[in-house]
Amino acid sequence: MNDDAPLIQAVGRRKTYGAFTAVDGIDVEVAPGESFGFLGPNGAGKTSTMRIIACTSPATGGTVRVLGMDPATDASRIKAQLGVVPQEDTLDNDLTVTENLLVYGRYFGLPRATVRERAAELLEFAQLVDKRDELVENLSGGMKRRLTIARGLINTPRILLLDEPTTGLDPQARHILWDRLFRLKREGVTLVLTTHYMDEAEQLCDRLVVMDSGRIVAEGSPRALIREHASREVLELRFDVADHAERADDVAGIGRVEVLADRLLLYVEDGDAALEQVTARGVHPMSSLVRRASLEDVFLRLTGRSLIE
Amino acid sequence: MSAPTVTARRSRPRLPFPIAFAMPLALVERNARAGKHYWLTIVSGFFEPVFYLFAMGVGIGALVGTVEVDGRALPYAVFVAPALMATSAMNGAVYDSTQNVFWKLRFAKLYDTVLSTPMRPVDVAVGEISWALLRGLLYSTAFLAVAWAAGFVTSPWALLAIPACTLIGLAFASVGMAVTTWMTSWTHLEYVQLALLPMFLFSATFFPLSTYPEGLQWVVRATPLYHGVDLVRGLMTGDLHAGLLVHVAYLLVLGAVGVAVTARRIERLLLS
Ligand SMILES: Nc1ncnc2c1ncn2[C@@H]1O[C@H](COP(=O)(O)OP(=O)(O)O)[C@@H](O)[C@H]1O
Ligand SMILES: [Mg+2]
Repeated sequence: MNDDAPLIQAVGRRKTYGAFTAVDGIDVEVAPGESFGFLGPNGAGKTSTMRIIACTSPATGGTVRVLGMDPATDASRIKAQLGVVPQEDTLDNDLTVTENLLVYGRYFGLPRATVRERAAELLEFAQLVDKRDELVENLSGGMKRRLTIARGLINTPRILLLDEPTTGLDPQARHILWDRLFRLKREGVTLVLTTHYMDEAEQLCDRLVVMDSGRIVAEGSPRALIREHASREVLELRFDVADHAERADDVAGIGRVEVLADRLLLYVEDGDAALEQVTARGVHPMSSLVRRASLEDVFLRLTGRSLIE
Repeated sequence: MSAPTVTARRSRPRLPFPIAFAMPLALVERNARAGKHYWLTIVSGFFEPVFYLFAMGVGIGALVGTVEVDGRALPYAVFVAPALMATSAMNGAVYDSTQNVFWKLRFAKLYDTVLSTPMRPVDVAVGEISWALLRGLLYSTAFLAVAWAAGFVTSPWALLAIPACTLIGLAFASVGMAVTTWMTSWTHLEYVQLALLPMFLFSATFFPLSTYPEGLQWVVRATPLYHGVDLVRGLMTGDLHAGLLVHVAYLLVLGAVGVAVTARRIERLLLS
């Protein structure tokens, strides 16, 4: 395989559970060194997609190549070069922090000396050196996540798969984790991650696909997606009404209007100018906010729903 | 980098020989490391059969005197020691492959983790069963030493009782693990105890096969523990005969079927 051949290549990939279709024909290609994301709400099919790439769940349709190989026939060879960080923490609670790394390395058939050396580096990387001999149940959520990532790196993988790496963590723990992932990205590790946080996708992904109900609804870099499907700025208006749809006509014509349960969104180039236009019409919202458009807006535009309900 | 072919290969995934062979050992190593944190439980497993040995052999033995087996009169302790050794091999193997495996499979999700590495379902099955056998080996050896020191062993062939107990362990661990893959609640594990108890009591453990009426004898002969007990008893009392090979074959087949079923079930449960 030449150096810039795609690491992951999927055409028309499907996954059904009985009569239910979780992944409905997905085409993606991930290049070496790229940070690639799957953004979508709960139930979009992100985990199902990741498991197909990780060779722990056979696709039920379409073709998939990971590292140029077919998961159906070469699962063990592919897995030998993947790092997997599953959505739920699956650390070994009967073992200490260091032992988790050592034992996991042995599952790859790596020699003891190699694993020991690598584990020492990874403890450093995960900022867990002073926790090395603790049982993992004594770690905080953020530490467990970092250890899981360190574990996924024990075999020096060509691709690191991260399924919702920061879900459930507090903001500080998320920032530490993002910092670690940035470092990996700089070192040229190919990251493939899923998330339902648009800020995470914007921070970490060079390119992403937006998923909804098992389908890809858009693809591109975060900036390109925002440019294409949203506007530069968003004006948020809250009124003292039960149903914000009642006030949509009052602001019509200024920009594209999106009605949410608790506010109106106006997609405009210049938020402050738009707000002046609104007040000039004699419309006075309870509160207003001007912000930059985000992937959240892209998702709303494409699916009519918010990412996080 | 050289260019490996990207054409789909027909064969099952293969790893280079030494790695492929070592794969299940990684799981054994994991269990050994985890075992360090609960070594007391592991050590305590040795005492139960030894307590039984003295209660039955010495205590009840004094009341019973000798037992007639195939025309030979054996002191009761000599008669019952092999049965207790075989039974403890069964119990140890079943405990490891049911309780422990159930926890790892359904709650700790250990095998989900293991299967995200190059380890395959069959490596998981072989690894877990090997661990149960290693632990059992420890108990069998210690039990034999105690029984020998107490004078309940009458033949040097008794040394072969140790591998024989490993074989019993193989049969019960692999069937136990296979059955465990169908379990979905802790209550199901109690059914296992329910199946073991009558086997423990009636597999020619505490009284010879000839005690039973003809029809029942065939029922006893069908149970795996009977084959284990009779094999170990033959070796420990130096009564070697071709029938022992039948026991070996029975236990081997059971073990092989158990491993195959377990591997297939794990694949179906965790790689779907
Ligand atoms: N093993 C399974 N059996 C049946 N349905 C499943 C299974 N795994 C996932 N699903 C369903 O597939 C859909 C997609 O799930 P998932 O891939 O976990 O989505 P996400 O990770 O984006 O939240 C969900 O509706 C989920 O209920
Ligand atoms: Mg998920």
